[in-house]
Amino acid sequence: MTIKDKLMNPSRRQLIVAGGLAGGGLLLGYTFSGPSRNEMAQADVSGKGEQVLATWIKISPDNTTTIYVPHSEMGQGAITALAMMAAEEMEADWTLVHPEQAPAEQAFANESLALNFTDGVVIPRMLEGVTDAVFLKAMQFMHAQITGGSSSVRMTGEHGMRPAGAAAKDMLIRAAAKRWNVPASECVAKLSKVSHPSGKSATYAELASTAAELSPPSHPVLKAKADYTIVGQPTQRFDIPGKVDGSTLYGIDVRRPGQLYAAIKFAPTFGSEVVSYDEAPILKRRGVKQLVKLPGGVAVIADNFWRAKQAAAALEVKFDTKGHEKLSMATLYAAQDAALADEGKSKKDVERGDIDAGLAKAAKIMQATYRVPFLAHACMEPMNCTAYVQGDKAEVWTGTQDALGTRARFAKIAGLDFENVTLHPLMLGGGFGRRIPVRPGFFDFPSEIDFAALIAKEVDAPVQLLYTREDDIQHDTYRIAVTSNFKVGLDDKGQPIAWHNRYMLKDDPAGAAHIPYGVPDQSIRYLEGQTIVPRGPWRSVAHSQHTFFTESFMDELAHNAGTDPYEFRHALLKDQPRHLAVLEMVAEKSGWGKPLPKGRARGIAIQEAFKTIVAEVAEVSVSDSGEVKVHHVTAVVDCGNVINPDTATRQVESGIIFGLTAAMYGEISIADGAVEQSNFPDYAMIKLADAPSIDVHFIESGAPLGGMGEPGTPPIAAAVSNAVFTITGKRVRELPLKNHDLTPLAHKMAQAAE
Amino acid sequence: MSVTFKVNGVSHTLDVELEMPLLWVLRNELGLTGTKFGCGVAACGACTVHLNGEPVRSCSLPVVAAENGEIITIEGLAVASGAAEKLAPIQAAWIEHQVPQCGYCQSGMLMAVSALLKENPNPSDAEIDDSITNVCRCGTYPRIRAAIHSLSNA
Repeated sequence: MTIKDKLMNPSRRQLIVAGGLAGGGLLLGYTFSGPSRNEMAQADVSGKGEQVLATWIKISPDNTTTIYVPHSEMGQGAITALAMMAAEEMEADWTLVHPEQAPAEQAFANESLALNFTDGVVIPRMLEGVTDAVFLKAMQFMHAQITGGSSSVRMTGEHGMRPAGAAAKDMLIRAAAKRWNVPASECVAKLSKVSHPSGKSATYAELASTAAELSPPSHPVLKAKADYTIVGQPTQRFDIPGKVDGSTLYGIDVRRPGQLYAAIKFAPTFGSEVVSYDEAPILKRRGVKQLVKLPGGVAVIADNFWRAKQAAAALEVKFDTKGHEKLSMATLYAAQDAALADEGKSKKDVERGDIDAGLAKAAKIMQATYRVPFLAHACMEPMNCTAYVQGDKAEVWTGTQDALGTRARFAKIAGLDFENVTLHPLMLGGGFGRRIPVRPGFFDFPSEIDFAALIAKEVDAPVQLLYTREDDIQHDTYRIAVTSNFKVGLDDKGQPIAWHNRYMLKDDPAGAAHIPYGVPDQSIRYLEGQTIVPRGPWRSVAHSQHTFFTESFMDELAHNAGTDPYEFRHALLKDQPRHLAVLEMVAEKSGWGKPLPKGRARGIAIQEAFKTIVAEVAEVSVSDSGEVKVHHVTAVVDCGNVINPDTATRQVESGIIFGLTAAMYGEISIADGAVEQSNFPDYAMIKLADAPSIDVHFIESGAPLGGMGEPGTPPIAAAVSNAVFTITGKRVRELPLKNHDLTPLAHKMAQAAE
Repeated sequence: MSVTFKVNGVSHTLDVELEMPLLWVLRNELGLTGTKFGCGVAACGACTVHLNGEPVRSCSLPVVAAENGEIITIEGLAVASGAAEKLAPIQAAWIEHQVPQCGYCQSGMLMAVSALLKENPNPSDAEIDDSITNVCRCGTYPRIRAAIHSLSNA
């Protein structure tokens, strides 16, 4: 079967290509056209089309191995972890391994992918065309190279890096066997060398040119976990040294010759458009070069960002009104409540058993309404995109969670051919879902990528568009505000037997509102709706909403039944062995049930997100003035296997603190058609003084790999709120905690009122 | 109007607006991009530099306030600390403890912490809490605390 045939055969899902490099190296590529559209939609943020993963490994004449990782590094450690997986399988000497973020997008543009990949070395003939074809296929499916859905390790790593590494090893061993005229089965690969019991030994570099002439294995054999020497070891990240001396370049740090800076004067309400503006006084200001009209705003271009920003602030613009100026949280929530009252339009999430019969035979019905507000991402690096359009070509520099998607979006908005846009992906100062570009049909709102494209078309120089923090907070793609109504039937012992849940709106991934508990009759349905408020994925996406809802309500049920919240969950998880193991370990490690200092309590929550199960116990106190303090968090995580324990632990810590900021302070509210918050003073963040100590424990169940970047976030809000209930008697059903009066006096008055 | 000051030992005289924040002078006029823009209102500390040995949030400091001053940025921290190696001890500790995640806040964090340790080589947890009020969105706080303690115990 020719490579072309393989590509044309839609059932063929993987492809390995390999060839020699000038100077005697080996270049091996492995592509994997990932799970089906439906599987992706269920499992991931992306959800459109097939995602093609491409992995490339290069062995150079100096015996170093370069591993090209098609994902973005945001500090989550993906590039290091993925390189570890490839290096493990190929038996590379880790000290000789250099991972790099794959600049795949460049390859599309000039039809010489590998040329760009390999720093200009000559492409072996057998690879000519093939690489282009592979990536063109990817391009047809989706202009996307997404880092989201906690997917890097469990998808690219598992299905790309490991087989690629194993294929490389297989070819190198066969090369040695051929050279020494011995059976391949007698050769051993270790530390970037192949050796034979006879004493013969050769480095990978010495074998590379011979290996390049062999055909790649169709089904490379993977190592057993027991034989791992790299995976599972705490490993230092490659991206850290440049982050302690200021040398790492983020998107905001791009400086091109003659570069200008753009700041935007945004419309005061969502949906408003520019009617007119007076540019004459602005053009007289020092450094100001020109103004560019945009959808919903006007950009001021100057030779220094501060000058552009000051000028934009001074610019007087007349905006129209479209009625959105009446939008407020009250109108938004009223619309959700009205929609939720209409069962007829609800869509199925889960239907199991007979909910009507279940509710009818219940001894007691418990009902509650939960809500979470909009949230901004507030990446530390304010949004930015630098672009230079020259004729029908453009260069773009930015940090992005989806280099190809960003490039495609830029090309579309700028009206340029995709092939004529070169995108240089730079380090991201935070992502959390914010830097997945707008995609039609999912969340199609103008973004900084659009604005940068529109500006660059009008300006005869490289221009860096930069948002102020106020722009960033007020023009995000927000985590949606969601309302969730529970009506749960209990038996005479207080055990849930019928679970009726209606919520609006719905985010990805599917399954976030599902419960792991053994409740026979379940009906979980949702309502959809449109809003002018831009929406987008936010770390853990729908799990950031539903884990607070379901795990807080489970706590209500436990207290109603007079049962310890841990024991209550334990009894309902008897058919979920992985959940049970995680729950039991978190109870043990947190000292659940053991005495605490006066005024402190523990709260517990558990959730499966992105195939990883996490339980967290928060140890909390509430001061007399009602201030919540989280002292310690214990987390237990079953993500199947751990690739890099060091980064995995840090991702859980990071996820907990990210979720804690949302639980304690996180609220974007809408009034008069605009976001009320504007900067860190009124959109507060957890700081060092507020950060709990955290201990993280892993269970290596051997289950298929789960994600690590997001699953730490969901349980913390419920864990903390549940502890707050134990201390104060106040059940928090709407986040954030800062909006609730948790003083003892408030508690007494509430009790008196009842 | 011109302003004169030293950055990392190098003298500069610049014709800029006196009210332009030092941050934008460093980033846009001098091309020193290690100092980061985070909030513009002195709330997050990403822009922290040393002015005459004191930590300042450069996004809210008019450049005229640095007139004739000595500024140290992240790019000059190692040399200013007198480190024989390429890295100041605090930078080496940041690598040892694998502190940064996205890393964007860490220039400011390192400048704030290095100023604290100069003043108080053995800060208690409460003293750390009081003086290090920089924002890290990735939540590296537990590692920052551990790294600070490793330096004070050394």
